[in-house]
Amino acid sequence: MTARGRPAWRRLAWPAVASVPVLFLALFFAFPVGTIIGRGITDGSVLDVLRRRSTGQLLWFTVWQAAASTVLTMAVGLPAAWAVARVDLPGRRLLRALVLVPFVLPTLVVGAALRATFERFGLDGSGGGLRLQDTVWAILLAHLVFNVAVVVRVVGGYWAFLDPRAGEAARVLGASRWRVARSVVAPRLAPALWSAAGIVFLFCFTSFGVILTVGGPGRPTVETEIWRYATQRTDFATAAALAILQLATVVVLVLAVNLLERRTSTGAAARRPVPPARVRSWRRRLEVVAALGPALALVVVPLVVLVERSLAVGDGHGLANYRALGRTTDNGLFVAPLTAVANSLLYAAAAAAVAVVVGGLASVVVVHAGRRPGRALDLALMVPLGTSAVTLGFGMLLALDEPPLDLRSSRAIVPIAQALVGIPFVVRSTVPALRAVDPRQREAASVLGASPVRARLAVDGAVVGRTLLVGAAFAFAISLGEFGATSFLARPDAPTVPVALFRLLGQPGAELRGQAMALGTVLAALTAVSVLVIERLRPRDALGW
Amino acid sequence: MSTSPSSPMPVAVSRTRRPAGPARTGALLALVLVAGLLGACTDDPEEAASPPPAAGGASADGAASCTPDDLPTAVDPAAVDDADTDGTTVKLVTHDSFATSDGIFDAFTADTGIEVELLTTGDAGTLVSQSVLTAGEPVADVLFGIDTTFLCRGTRAGVFTPYESPALVDVPDDLEQAPDHLLTPIDVGDVCLNYSKAAFPDASDAPAGLADLTEPAFADAFVTENPETSSPGFAFLLATIATFGEEGWEAYWEDLRENGLEVDASWDQAYNETFGAGTGDRSIVTSYASSPVADVLYADPPRSEPAIGVVPDACFRQVEFAGILRGTDHPEAAAALIDFLLSPAFQEDIPLNMFVEPVNERAALPADFEAHRTTIANPLTLDPAAIEAGRDRWTERWTEIVLR
Repeated sequence: MTARGRPAWRRLAWPAVASVPVLFLALFFAFPVGTIIGRGITDGSVLDVLRRRSTGQLLWFTVWQAAASTVLTMAVGLPAAWAVARVDLPGRRLLRALVLVPFVLPTLVVGAALRATFERFGLDGSGGGLRLQDTVWAILLAHLVFNVAVVVRVVGGYWAFLDPRAGEAARVLGASRWRVARSVVAPRLAPALWSAAGIVFLFCFTSFGVILTVGGPGRPTVETEIWRYATQRTDFATAAALAILQLATVVVLVLAVNLLERRTSTGAAARRPVPPARVRSWRRRLEVVAALGPALALVVVPLVVLVERSLAVGDGHGLANYRALGRTTDNGLFVAPLTAVANSLLYAAAAAAVAVVVGGLASVVVVHAGRRPGRALDLALMVPLGTSAVTLGFGMLLALDEPPLDLRSSRAIVPIAQALVGIPFVVRSTVPALRAVDPRQREAASVLGASPVRARLAVDGAVVGRTLLVGAAFAFAISLGEFGATSFLARPDAPTVPVALFRLLGQPGAELRGQAMALGTVLAALTAVSVLVIERLRPRDALGW
Repeated sequence: MSTSPSSPMPVAVSRTRRPAGPARTGALLALVLVAGLLGACTDDPEEAASPPPAAGGASADGAASCTPDDLPTAVDPAAVDDADTDGTTVKLVTHDSFATSDGIFDAFTADTGIEVELLTTGDAGTLVSQSVLTAGEPVADVLFGIDTTFLCRGTRAGVFTPYESPALVDVPDDLEQAPDHLLTPIDVGDVCLNYSKAAFPDASDAPAGLADLTEPAFADAFVTENPETSSPGFAFLLATIATFGEEGWEAYWEDLRENGLEVDASWDQAYNETFGAGTGDRSIVTSYASSPVADVLYADPPRSEPAIGVVPDACFRQVEFAGILRGTDHPEAAAALIDFLLSPAFQEDIPLNMFVEPVNERAALPADFEAHRTTIANPLTLDPAAIEAGRDRWTERWTEIVLR
């Protein structure tokens, strides 16, 4: 590359790189969502819906339950994040993998397991005891089970990079442990805290299955109402108005969290993870147990219930449910349940590939393309996380119907929809690593004669290559469990595991229910394995998740 | 996590700014809330003042007709026989409860040269809403799975093209509920009360009909589904409206609530968990007349007699239909598929896969199904136009009475 050619190349480079994620988002998110909202809106319908008293109550409850769930999740997740990040525990990798399993399990499975747990411990209101089932507490608890992984991984990942010496110095100078936590650790952890809280809030804000199955009837949220008006009432005007409300709230929220993240940035992260401390005293041992206990119990109990149910055969226990997964006959599916596992793996691999390409390029833009465009893209990529599956599913059916984009009956539409959820995770695991690249390394490469592009590829590429894998596996795991959008788009002859599970549960008969539980266990195992693979690929010095 | 190495903001500066954080947090959170409260704080009295617009160009006299404004030209049965359909592919879109035996369409393909491609979407409501949304530019050629309760919504919105299949000669006339042959009946099922035989070993102790459910003997025993989120739940609401009339059904539900009614979101939750397929906390559930068949067929461990019984009174009849989607490029091939859905080959496959009964009187019932089914002598039904006209109002009232 000549010196004269460089400016022109540089001017075009960022638009070219940015065009991929921008086009992807425009084509597969903004266009479909815009189309469905445009179709639904009629004169005055938005104002009409927003002015209803019930809409205010709806939004209030939606925000309230999401905020409460987030606070609860942070409260339980933070001590666990500390233990995972700071203490040299045996089996840390397994722990980190385990917390992620409920995060990707279908809500149907976790919901059923929670209900069974309530029953087992007499929390279903029978016998006049404490009643959790069908209360708002059940919703909060379920959200906690689902999202504690986000806190453990996001905050834990960041915590491992906080230099402990400042805190140690404060201790030497006489500060109490509580004072150190409050004045030294918390402020420096703040960006990760906000980041985690923002994601948890988004998930709880748009949660669907939990609200309908564990919360009992009569507790609608914006998300469930969009679904009800769009699918059960065929009232697209109200659904579109609510979708606009949801989008607006999500945009405000994402902006706020991003601002908080940046305002609280202290630049206090170390370049390399701080080695975790050995457990030396009994006191420390107790602290670790107390920190990990609640989070672990919340994750393990539903899993144990799931496995127990999958092994229940007739009056005893056995593997018959698992053997039945290989059979095509008499299950109401069009394929053997194991075929759904193959489909899921295939879709998830495709979704992960899409998420890596789009998310990887987006990360480069976020970090290097200047503040405004980078930030705008970062924010825009988060919005699909807070958008209802119905809006997206119907939008895709309506918008993507003309060649060359006649995708609505194509298999490609499933991984594309799933990748929309995976991309923010790829970006969020890659951006910190890209930011952590020492510019001096690039300078050194340049001094040694590498062109700027070459220097960037060689230096950034080496770091990002590995963290991209981390993001890829995350996207992979998420699409393994995605149900909402997939249920609109998957074909009956090619169901994914969550779709197959839903169909098995939707029919009478104990046998199919057992198969569903076995399939859920297989999904849990698949998830755990893919997360363990993430942990293997994960470079020791990678930031993020 | 957004600390940039190139950030011009040194650590010290950002520390001094930290105190601004909480204040800003509050301001931003307030902003989010204000965005929402704006809606709540206006002085609009209640939403009842502005009823949600009904689907598909409804006019003021909602109940008047289920016919679309412009009735498309019907597909001519004679043209179906003559058409060269060899090599075409017909897309069949259904709901997520659709089930058949493997390779059921092979004979059809061998016969006509038409390949069948299945598409699916959410539940029956989602299927209908999706077809209304894409009316005229359909995702498929044939739709299967619109039932009595949604019929009018689909036909009125101009989703379908009329077709009178010659195979209808073997179908009872009263099942043809759609005007102008816009839809073809394919199967019929009854939503009935089921009870646990363990809880009521003597059938005479089980409830005999709707009125019994408000008796003290059945306090805290009944679980049903939310009519807003579940098809059998809505059918049961219709059963009470058909039984007690517009004047009486609300009081009946108040009594049900008094008597300890439980409401679940889905059939799965109500039947499999709360009712526990006959072993759960609740001993009476809203399910189907065919549930005992499935109970025996999928029993674990196997048994020869069902563990649940059916209350043959007060069942609501749901007919499921198929229709040619307006705008299809293959109307003749689509019509041929409708004929096939009515043929004995497909009709006899229905009972043990979807647990509903065939409409074709020439179709033989499988022995397993025949052995454990309950024939419903006098099922309840309502006019599809009346259902469409009342639906939103009824479910709204139901929510107020039962859930609030």
